[in-house]
Amino acid sequence: MLQFLISRLFQGLIVILAVLCITFVLLKMAPGSPLESERNIPEHIRAQRMAASGLDKPLPVQLWRYIVSFATFDFPVSAKTPGRGVDEIILQAFPVSAQVGLAGLIIALGLGIPMGALAALRPNSFDDRACMIVATLGICTPSMVLGPIIATVLGLKLRWFNASGWYDADDWVLPSLTLGVIFSGYIARLTRAGMRETLAQDFIRTARAKGASELAIVFRHSFKLACLPVLNYLGPTAAGLMTGSIVIEMVFQLPGLGQHFVGAAVNRDYDLAMATAAFYAVLIISFNLLVDFLQALLNPRIGFKS
Amino acid sequence: MSEPNPTGDAFRPATADEVKLASQHAASESPGERAWRRLTRSRVTVAAMLFMVALVGICVLGPLLSSYDQSQQDLELKATGPSFSHWLGTDPLGRDLLTRILFGGRISLLVGILATGVASVIGVAYGLIAGLSGRRMDALMMRVVDVLYAFPFITFVIILVVVFGREFWLIFVAIGAVEWLTMARVVRGQVLALKNLEFVLAARASGAGFWHILMQHMLPNVMGPVIIYASLTVPGVMLLEATLSFLGLGIQPPNASWGVLLREGADNMETYPWMLIGPGLFFSATLLALNIIGDALRDALDPKSGAGE
Repeated sequence: MLQFLISRLFQGLIVILAVLCITFVLLKMAPGSPLESERNIPEHIRAQRMAASGLDKPLPVQLWRYIVSFATFDFPVSAKTPGRGVDEIILQAFPVSAQVGLAGLIIALGLGIPMGALAALRPNSFDDRACMIVATLGICTPSMVLGPIIATVLGLKLRWFNASGWYDADDWVLPSLTLGVIFSGYIARLTRAGMRETLAQDFIRTARAKGASELAIVFRHSFKLACLPVLNYLGPTAAGLMTGSIVIEMVFQLPGLGQHFVGAAVNRDYDLAMATAAFYAVLIISFNLLVDFLQALLNPRIGFKS
Repeated sequence: MSEPNPTGDAFRPATADEVKLASQHAASESPGERAWRRLTRSRVTVAAMLFMVALVGICVLGPLLSSYDQSQQDLELKATGPSFSHWLGTDPLGRDLLTRILFGGRISLLVGILATGVASVIGVAYGLIAGLSGRRMDALMMRVVDVLYAFPFITFVIILVVVFGREFWLIFVAIGAVEWLTMARVVRGQVLALKNLEFVLAARASGAGFWHILMQHMLPNVMGPVIIYASLTVPGVMLLEATLSFLGLGIQPPNASWGVLLREGADNMETYPWMLIGPGLFFSATLLALNIIGDALRDALDPKSGAGE
């Protein structure tokens, strides 16, 4: 297991290095610089500021400086918002994204797993059909359609919550609801498939034969195994939540990571874009590691393979 | 079925009629016909396919028949709800929404198909080469895919699009360049299953080279899974294009794509709800139809799902 962890962490480090290199190369291939939008600065001041942010050095040196500064947690100051370190910006934005994303994930699991289980227990019944139609609608309604509808109906018309912004303690509800409803569709379908496959297995027949109650069969015998495909899906979900949350931060005007990243890329704020991309990579890697870990715990047949 | 076994004797020899029927049946149905029959078995799938045909038809022909142009403004009219002259209403500049949706549909569908094409070409080539090469090369290439799986791809797409300008062709190249990973895995798995079968060994024994085997024997045999997976990729790609356009990074106004229209709709949702509902319905229905077709193709082409006959 230790070996599993070490090899995974090593692989993660490679990914982060690669992300930094590719992001750096792409950003440097772009025309323009962080100082481009300020037109009327004299040449010597421009040179001074380029030197101050290290932009006059050769490219490999600049890349190396990024890697060293990220590795030592000594982050550069954002070129676009003077005086604020990129770590400060990210640490301020991340809790917003994390709160919305986590609450969304919990809503998705809370809606999706019961829906899928209910559908699997009575195949081809009315319940099954209804659950799967709702799930498919959830899958096919993109966040940029559902988000504005939820914001308008629950926010502007019914006035239950703020339609946009991040001011009150309950401002996470609408964005999380949007994310949750969309992902619950996938989760319901996976739960149904996993559950039906499990219920058809021999050990469930044995459990039925020895007289186990239906409740015991569902919760004690099949639930753990049926959750595996869902767990498997949670890895890609991390990336999906990220994409979805960039859109949703836009719809609900949340000061989250996605907004900063898009802004940084558009404004050529190299430091912030690099740091955000690296931060996203760390998030995805940690999430995948957690999923592998849980999977090995739940299913001894998989185990801690490195 | 008529009475299959009138005498009740399970082991009697087949009658002449039965032999003829069986051989006719075997001869008359090619794998393609069999797949088509299984594909059209479900009414929902047929409906989804008809919907897609109709959608492509009206997106291609509709703007020619419409009496409006996508960027033709009517500033007197401003935003109006659905009416007889403007079936789905107009936007604040008085542009006909249905016409814009059809124009946008052309772009969105085109991006969906082209980006899937790019992703499929990269994925198939990578998977074929990885699967057919030696063990060490295969391990190396697949390790690269494993590493790429952990990449925060949306950040790359965003940087790519920001960096290289918001050109139309770039959008599908950028999307295609990040969507090939699963295709590569699927193809490589198929190649590994095929490469030690007798017909490949026979080809190798008669002196066929790496590229000959790859093009003549592997490529045709991986097309089934490739078609299935490509059809499942299209909706994902269209969603990605819509996401980019929605964020203002994809197709640029005044050109329309469904992402652009959804953005305009989202901005005007409170006052002019039809501006979101129209494009939203088109987009959701398309994603739904594509998902249904993808699932049905998988059921129809996957030899393992033969039990459903």
